Amino acid sequence: MSCSSGTGNFVKLSGLLGEIHRCALVKMSMNGKFPASTCRLPANSRLKKAKEIMHRSNSFKKWNRYLIFLWLLGFFSVGFIWFLTSFNGVPSEGTEKIPPSCEDNARILLQHFNVSKNQLHALASFFYESDQVAFLECSRHSGPEKPSSDDITCALNVLCSKKPDFEKQMWVAKSSELKDQCPVRVENTPSAHDLSFPEHDSYVVLNAVSSLPWEHHTSRKNISRRTAPGVQSKDHCENLSFCMVKGCWLLLVGLVLSCQIPGVRLKLWRSRESEPAPLQPVPQKLQLLLQQKHQQQAQGPPKGAGKWRKKLLIIFVLMGILTSIWLFWHLNQKINLRREETLTNMCDERARMLQDQFNVSMNHVHALALLVSTFHHGKHPSAIDQKTFGEYTERTAFERPLTSGVAYALKVLHSEREQFEKQHGWTIKKMETEDQTLVQDCLTENLDPAPVKDEYAPVIFSQETVSHIVSIDMMSGKEDRENILRARATGKGVLTSPFKLLKSNHVGVVLTFAVYNKDLPPDATPELRIEATMGYLGASYDVPSLVEKLLHQLASNQTIVVNVYDTTNSSASISMYGTDVTDTGLLHVSSLDFGDPLRKHEMHCRFKQKPPLPWTAINASLGVLVITLLVGHIFHAAISRIAKVENDYREMMELKARAEAADIAKSQFLATVSHEIRTPMNGVLGMLKMLMDTDLDVVQRDYAETAHASGKDLISLINEVLDQAKIESGRLELEDVPFDLRSLLDNVLSLSSDKSNDKGIELAVYVSDRVPKVVVGDPGRFRQIIINLVGNSIKFTQDKGHIFVSVHLVDEVKGACDVGDKVLQQGLNLVQDMSSKTYNTLSGFPVVDRWRSWENFKTLNSKDAVEDPEKIKLLVTVEDTGVGIHLGAQDRIFTPFVQADSSTSRHYGGTGIGLSISKHLVELMHGEIGFVSEPGIGSTFSFTGSFAKGEVSSLDSRWKQYDPVVSEFQGLRALVVDNRSIRAEVTRYHLRRLGISVDITLSMESTCTYLSNACGTSDFAHLAMILIDKDAWNQERVLQFRSLLKEYRQNGRLNVSTNFPKIFLLATAMTPLERSKLKTAGFVDNVLMKPLRLSVIIACFQELLGNGRKDQVHRKKSTLGTLLREKRILVVDDNKVNRRVAEGALKKYGAIVSCVEKGQDALDKLRPPHNFDACFMDLQMPEMDGFEATRQIRSVETQVNENIASGEASIDMYGNVSYWHIPILAMTADVIQATNEECMKCGMDGYVSKPFEEEQLYSAVASFFESG
Amino acid sequence: MDFVNQLQRKFIDYSSSLHREGIVDDQFTQLRKLEDENSPHFVMEVASLFFEDCEKLINNMAIALEQKQGVDFKQIDECIHQLKGSSSSIGAMRVKNACIAFRSFSDGQNREGCLRCLQQLSHEYSLLKNKLQTLFRLEKQIVAAGGSIPRVH
Repeated sequence: MSCSSGTGNFVKLSGLLGEIHRCALVKMSMNGKFPASTCRLPANSRLKKAKEIMHRSNSFKKWNRYLIFLWLLGFFSVGFIWFLTSFNGVPSEGTEKIPPSCEDNARILLQHFNVSKNQLHALASFFYESDQVAFLECSRHSGPEKPSSDDITCALNVLCSKKPDFEKQMWVAKSSELKDQCPVRVENTPSAHDLSFPEHDSYVVLNAVSSLPWEHHTSRKNISRRTAPGVQSKDHCENLSFCMVKGCWLLLVGLVLSCQIPGVRLKLWRSRESEPAPLQPVPQKLQLLLQQKHQQQAQGPPKGAGKWRKKLLIIFVLMGILTSIWLFWHLNQKINLRREETLTNMCDERARMLQDQFNVSMNHVHALALLVSTFHHGKHPSAIDQKTFGEYTERTAFERPLTSGVAYALKVLHSEREQFEKQHGWTIKKMETEDQTLVQDCLTENLDPAPVKDEYAPVIFSQETVSHIVSIDMMSGKEDRENILRARATGKGVLTSPFKLLKSNHVGVVLTFAVYNKDLPPDATPELRIEATMGYLGASYDVPSLVEKLLHQLASNQTIVVNVYDTTNSSASISMYGTDVTDTGLLHVSSLDFGDPLRKHEMHCRFKQKPPLPWTAINASLGVLVITLLVGHIFHAAISRIAKVENDYREMMELKARAEAADIAKSQFLATVSHEIRTPMNGVLGMLKMLMDTDLDVVQRDYAETAHASGKDLISLINEVLDQAKIESGRLELEDVPFDLRSLLDNVLSLSSDKSNDKGIELAVYVSDRVPKVVVGDPGRFRQIIINLVGNSIKFTQDKGHIFVSVHLVDEVKGACDVGDKVLQQGLNLVQDMSSKTYNTLSGFPVVDRWRSWENFKTLNSKDAVEDPEKIKLLVTVEDTGVGIHLGAQDRIFTPFVQADSSTSRHYGGTGIGLSISKHLVELMHGEIGFVSEPGIGSTFSFTGSFAKGEVSSLDSRWKQYDPVVSEFQGLRALVVDNRSIRAEVTRYHLRRLGISVDITLSMESTCTYLSNACGTSDFAHLAMILIDKDAWNQERVLQFRSLLKEYRQNGRLNVSTNFPKIFLLATAMTPLERSKLKTAGFVDNVLMKPLRLSVIIACFQELLGNGRKDQVHRKKSTLGTLLREKRILVVDDNKVNRRVAEGALKKYGAIVSCVEKGQDALDKLRPPHNFDACFMDLQMPEMDGFEATRQIRSVETQVNENIASGEASIDMYGNVSYWHIPILAMTADVIQATNEECMKCGMDGYVSKPFEEEQLYSAVASFFESG
Repeated sequence: MDFVNQLQRKFIDYSSSLHREGIVDDQFTQLRKLEDENSPHFVMEVASLFFEDCEKLINNMAIALEQKQGVDFKQIDECIHQLKGSSSSIGAMRVKNACIAFRSFSDGQNREGCLRCLQQLSHEYSLLKNKLQTLFRLEKQIVAAGGSIPRVH
């Protein structure tokens, strides 16, 4: 069926959609891992694009959205398909209607057959009274009445004697049977055999050979007619399905397009970022091209693109709405058309059937007429009388179920009237009322005799039902008269216009046939026919029952209303059947042909109900509308989302730009600020330097030096602050320079001592003996870590206790059992000393167990024996007695900007970055950092770091400053009196650095014992100093010492004045007043302020022990003098003031100075041979600047040297000098790297900055003249 | 000798005031150190050279800046450079600073600024000249009184 093929299309389409969905789902589940998937459907690529649109992080969310969207799409497509299939159901209903009509056909066929059968039956009953000859004639006449039988034979059963004849006739019947090919016949034949009349001697076998071909023909025609609507509906279906497909594709294309549009811009990005893969499937390429086209359009400002998208969306939605409206209209029209067709079919069918039935009846009446003609007029005497006629008609009434009665009227001319009346014994009576001829129920006797006329048509025979009309002149009724006249003229059945039959009160018509006395040719003229007319046969038809019966036979008679009209008079049609019904819109008119050409009849069909609302159309269009709106909504949401994202993106870009600008501003700010700090710091440092150059006493000098060093540290700290960014970005690289660890720690201490002294905290440093003097590493970073840790410790330690920095080798703590270092032992012995109330720590306050701080270090735990002997690992511990870190915060203190407690920054300030930086730095040193802390007791931080062993000789000069001094104290002995062994160890450590060997006594009392024991030994002779800690201080004891010492000395016969041990007091915090008091009182020779550090000790000792050696400036000056003495120097400067100054300065050192003011002059002077030893050249001079002059001098020298070398010129010519190269030093005010490089490039040997500084001049000149 | 002592003290005070006011800087002290028996009037000699040079240069610049049609900034630049070099050589700090400011204006070809700076420069110059001449006078007085000029450390 075509519909089903349409449905098939839809199934395919739905399958396609399903595939799309499946693909999409697969894609989704893969999360777009295979961008070049085999699924090349637009939906897929759309998804791919969609995937790329969305950011990875929230792609899941987006996918969810798309999933929902797809689900919706799927839902709607499924709904759509369902709807379409239901739509297909409508035509199938139409096909369902066909079987009933088939049944109808069958029934009609059966009916027809029955009619023929009935007629045969009627004939058989007639044979009862007539013989065969008449029968033959009759059957010939009645041929047209029995169209469904080929032939009729009549077999008479003759008893015995006539048997052969009978047999013969049987044969005929058989042969006719053989001829018959209709299956119906088989059924029929026995029934024909059953038609026996047992009450008679003979029975008639009537065999009718139904002309099935004819039937076949009609049914085929019928079928073909039935199929016509089918075809139509098929066309209709095809049309519809095509539309649907079109609509679907339109929708899909719309979807794809609208989906692609938002993706275009992002696609653009993608295609910009990466060239599309060369091996792309063609559709994708096409798509790409399309996209590029789109891109070109979309490259305008994003707002325009957004508008464009919105416009497209609106167009899409409008198109969707229009489509839905069109769909509704289209479907509605289809439905109406189909309805109309249905109505037409039904109406035509009914009309045809009615016509057929009527015709059958009419034919029968015709047959009756012929019968009358044959047996009444053809026989003399007549074979028919009223009784016979009445009986016959009564018996055959079943054949004419639609006629209420038949009657035969004889044509009687006026001339014959009397004879006729006489013969029949009654007078011809006049019809009383014209219209009620046949239904008059009054007695005929009451009627008047008919008036005199030309001719009469008195009824002679009538069916029992209408026997009252016998003797009534039919010509007296106007209607009947016309009918009779017309019937005899045409020779056909004619109909009256409908009128009400009195008896049944139904509308009826009278059919009249003329009976002729002879067989007339078909083309007989009316005159001939009138002439031959013998009488008239009339039958009244009950139209309503006819139609009623018909309609009952047909199915679906409930749905339509049928009206039959006589429309002979077109202006006033007479209703023959049906009630007046309200107009239900659709009306179909079929014309009826009842065989009377003068009469026109029509059948009007209407549907009983008004057409129902076209739900299918409404559903379809609503569906499309809803889909459109939903899709529109989805895309609207998507578009606005895209717009939002784009806006956000722009905003973010702006913010990013601003953030970057802010970052740059921050960098600039930092640079500026650091520069701004450096400038005044340079002033401070310069002034300090100058201060140090003045004549200061030792203490003042130390102050100044400390200030200077601190300033320098500050500068370097600023640099370090700037370096933090480098650490964060991982760009920081550590230096590898040799440095003196101990000096570095002294520096750190001096930097922190102010704060610790203010707080009254004891600050001490200790370095294990096993740590080499010089290590190679990054001193700056190392110091930075320690400063950080010490700074933290100072910050969090309040008014009591100590901070103790100690450095050991990692190896020293690896084996805990054989710890030789006393400071390390302290940690182990901590518990043992608990009894003495105070702890054996630096300050006597409890500390945490330092060993725990490094117990997690991997380097300590690993048993990695294979180690580079040149590498050493240092373990640095910073111990304090501060507030400690509460346990909750201990795991996050190394996080940047996180402090142990948010209240910390309130109390102590700081950013919390220090420890983080330290951790980074330690990691850079391949070390680890750890800590142990107990709230209320303190914290100990430990870190390790890898360093290389360094040689003392490799050390930079700045680490060497104390070297000459140290030697002065070599071999001396000292006694340290301290009640805390750790502190004593620290003091011993410092003194040992000076080469002083140290003995320790724990109290003044034991010191006395020591002294008395040592008295007289060589040790005692070398005892140069006694250092007493303030905690162990006792004035009386000291005085006792002094006397004791004096005594021992004298006993020992030693020079009292020269080698009397000096007594020093070690104090943490002491005002200068107290100090001077102690000094003047003679208790002590000097007070050493803690924290102890080498410079302080040296200064202090020098003051007392040393000979007060003066500074080295004089030494240098004399060096410069000897260096330049008698040297011939050329000064080139255009500025005569400068010239004069330079001259003066150089003359000061004994040089012989010549001056020129131009580069050219210098060139002349310096042309070999000459006797200058050096040249000082100004760089900026008019005409020929320093660079140019130098270049030329050098080129001349090269020339000369080549000449000499090649022997072209003898050495004698050039003053017996084989190689000429005069040292040229630039004089410049701006000593920047670029200038320096340029100087070197043009052949200068060095530079001095103007105005001359001795040191610089010395260092610049030294390299040339020292050797020479 | 009291008189000489007084003069010497005055000399020291005056010379340190010159330092304090920033008229001269360390370089001047260095120059003073260069004076010895061989060249007892080294500073005076250099200073007079400087004054001479300076006056000439200032005049040149003033003339150059007076030029209505197109100031020769190149010439001014050279003059300034000269002046800066010599002022830094004798340690005339304020003159040097004025020169630096001047230089920036002449680099920017700013005639108005240059004129202002020239004024400032001549002011500084005359101040220096005055001060130094006073100092030299004191020096001479000391010498005349038979004392020795106090050495700076």
